[in-house]
Amino acid sequence: MGGRRTYMLIWAALLLLTAVTLGISFLHLGVGNAVIALSLASVKAALVGLYFMHLRRESALVRAFALAPLLFLALIILGTLSDTLFRK
Amino acid sequence: MADGYLEKRGFRAWAFTLDHKRVGVMYLWTTLTFFLVGGLFAELLRLKLMTPGPGFISDKTYNVFFTLHGALMIFLFIIPAIPSALGNFFIPLMIGARDVAFPRLNLASYWIFLAGIAVVLGSLAGPMDTGWTFYTPYSAKTGAAVTTLSFGLFLVGMSSILTGLNFIVTIHTLRAPGMSWTRLPLFIWGMYATSIIQVLATPVIGITFILLAAERLFGIGFFDPAKGGDPILFQHFFWFYSHPVVYVMILPAMGIISEIIPVFARKPIFGYKAIAYSSMAIALAGFLVWGHHMFVSGMSGVAAFIFSLLTFSVAVPTGVKVFNWIATLYRGSITFESPMLYALTFIFLFIIGGLTGPFLGSLGTNVQLHDTYFVVAHFHYTMMGGTVMGWLAGLHYWFPKMTGRMLNERLARRACLVMVAGFNVTFISMFILGYKGMPRRWAEYPVQYQTLHIIATVGSWFLAAGILAIMWNFWRSLTKGEIAPPNPWRGLTLEWTTPSPPPADNFEVLPTVTDWPYSYGRKEGRE
Amino acid sequence: MTGESSAHGENAGGAGGSARLGIWLFLATELLLFGGLFTAYTVFRLKDPGLFHAGSLRLDRMLGAANTVVLITSSLTVALGLDAIRQGKERALKICLSLTLLLAAAFLGIKAFEYAEHFAHREFPGTDLFFSLYFMMTGLHAIHILAGMVLFAGILWGASARKFSADYHTPVEISGLYWHFVDVVWIYLFPLLYLIG
Repeated sequence: MGGRRTYMLIWAALLLLTAVTLGISFLHLGVGNAVIALSLASVKAALVGLYFMHLRRESALVRAFALAPLLFLALIILGTLSDTLFRK
Repeated sequence: MADGYLEKRGFRAWAFTLDHKRVGVMYLWTTLTFFLVGGLFAELLRLKLMTPGPGFISDKTYNVFFTLHGALMIFLFIIPAIPSALGNFFIPLMIGARDVAFPRLNLASYWIFLAGIAVVLGSLAGPMDTGWTFYTPYSAKTGAAVTTLSFGLFLVGMSSILTGLNFIVTIHTLRAPGMSWTRLPLFIWGMYATSIIQVLATPVIGITFILLAAERLFGIGFFDPAKGGDPILFQHFFWFYSHPVVYVMILPAMGIISEIIPVFARKPIFGYKAIAYSSMAIALAGFLVWGHHMFVSGMSGVAAFIFSLLTFSVAVPTGVKVFNWIATLYRGSITFESPMLYALTFIFLFIIGGLTGPFLGSLGTNVQLHDTYFVVAHFHYTMMGGTVMGWLAGLHYWFPKMTGRMLNERLARRACLVMVAGFNVTFISMFILGYKGMPRRWAEYPVQYQTLHIIATVGSWFLAAGILAIMWNFWRSLTKGEIAPPNPWRGLTLEWTTPSPPPADNFEVLPTVTDWPYSYGRKEGRE
Repeated sequence: MTGESSAHGENAGGAGGSARLGIWLFLATELLLFGGLFTAYTVFRLKDPGLFHAGSLRLDRMLGAANTVVLITSSLTVALGLDAIRQGKERALKICLSLTLLLAAAFLGIKAFEYAEHFAHREFPGTDLFFSLYFMMTGLHAIHILAGMVLFAGILWGASARKFSADYHTPVEISGLYWHFVDVVWIYLFPLLYLIG
């Protein structure tokens, strides 16, 4: 399962990504800023999920329980936007 | 006579029990109480509505009463009634387990529920005048104790989440050897789908209540247009929970009907997989349609179109269930014991409630019927005609197992007939009232509606008489009923293999399952 | 708990398996609890990007980054603690838990400092929609940090009473999963609130 060494590596990667996120925030890229920041956040979340939370070696059932709620989060955001974005 | 799980007496034996059956019984008593209290408020409302002008209660009191009727019935009765009471009692018994996965958490859920109730009651006495939907901006401004109420309902919701979580894990991990997913009783499928909704939808109402409280306490402006906020956002959040939750109310009832129909038709259930999967389909489709409560709220046309279209997707799996029940009845050896009578009533009333749904889901007719008595009649046909009938069917079916006593069969049947007659008189009148334009929630109304209102009120008296007779029957049979055999209805699901009432740890030896539980007619009842 | 051996569903490893399934379901509810706030954030940011831009500039992104580092590190100590007790190392577990508690306290300390600064500048939850969201999101998150500290204090107490071993460490594991989730929420809150460029 990798153990301590893996955890330290993941931790270092997370710190690096945080530094990168912070650095990029000082550049002016318009919409690009938000896209990059959220993509990097998702990579970090995935690392935490896969390694610290051990999703990598969980059963299919647990993985489904971990991922399915994301669809419902997307659902409430998109469903609400279908109203607020198109209101006259 | 063996007392089974009921043997230990006294407050501590109940209050600190880890037995899922006792927890279920405590939920049953609690929810039953609020059913009767909520019903009392309904009767008071009906009494006021016999006259179009000022009546024996003021219009303000009327607002308080319909809020109490709605809020108590929805949050303290109909949502927990079947899942928390009958689900708790029967899920472990039906899957061949000794208890739920987390018995301590289960007991904690009950106490959180009670704590929530205490807070809710404290705030309702306030008095509360928002209706059960607590729409902003009014709810953010009224002098009523909305903040306290939010906290109370947050606790009730937390209890609901923990119960659902417990059931999902139980069904995944504690099934008896041989009980594959396709041998799972259909009530369990219904409860599984229900639990998923509880876990995924309830937190959204939780945050909604937090935000509502924060709006009142700190003046955050999420729902306040003056601060750039959006009152309709509240409605999105509210219905993201409250629409799926109507399936929390109906899916367990559908599960009960799927158990009872084959037993009393002595025929294998028709379309087992279709019924099982349609429960899941209803649970998921139920998440896609919340916007149909908001067609006239100022929502965008795009959203209205999408939500109206998706709404019809719920009708498909619902129809699948009804057709399968009817196909099960077809050429069965039907007997009309009381559980079956209630189950058939369910189908009859639910068809009316279900078919009036698409009228409201369609954009065009919705604008005409929105906020009229048509809506009131529609949801009472689904919630009372559906859920309450399913609940009563389940109580009549399982009463012998839960108490070790038989009900008075003659009284049970007569009560059912009186209640159903009264129910139809009351709510068919409301369909007509709504179609003619009578708005819901009005304390006073134009005089041309009076005749129908009087008919509805008289119907509600028969409805109440039927309910009281049923309650009397329960109460009396607890001590005076005949001793129940282990399997009075010759059912094949596992709970009937235990003594009535079951012992504290359910099974002497955990059963091994070799067949699905619906082989009626082919291989008649185990002894 | 009766995670008894007679269970025969698709049991993912005894009582620990049930508990893991349970905590993941709980985290699903947590996600949707925060989900309401994320929805409100999306709706209002798309409606009024200028307000969010201006509001974001009122936050100190260096403090936000510092807190991200603190929280990520606390996730590491939790993971290392679980790794330790899996090998029966009780002392290492206790050290890791103590470090986690310290880091969590540091996080709340920095957060409290930020709040104090905002209040001094008359920026309150009711000031505008950005600050409403900022305070609701970070406030709810801080409550979760606090709850996590209570949990870990309890675990530390249990560890001192020698309750955990290589064979039994389910509470350590599920509290850890909760903590990582709280970390992940912050990983999103940081760019959403502090880094609107």
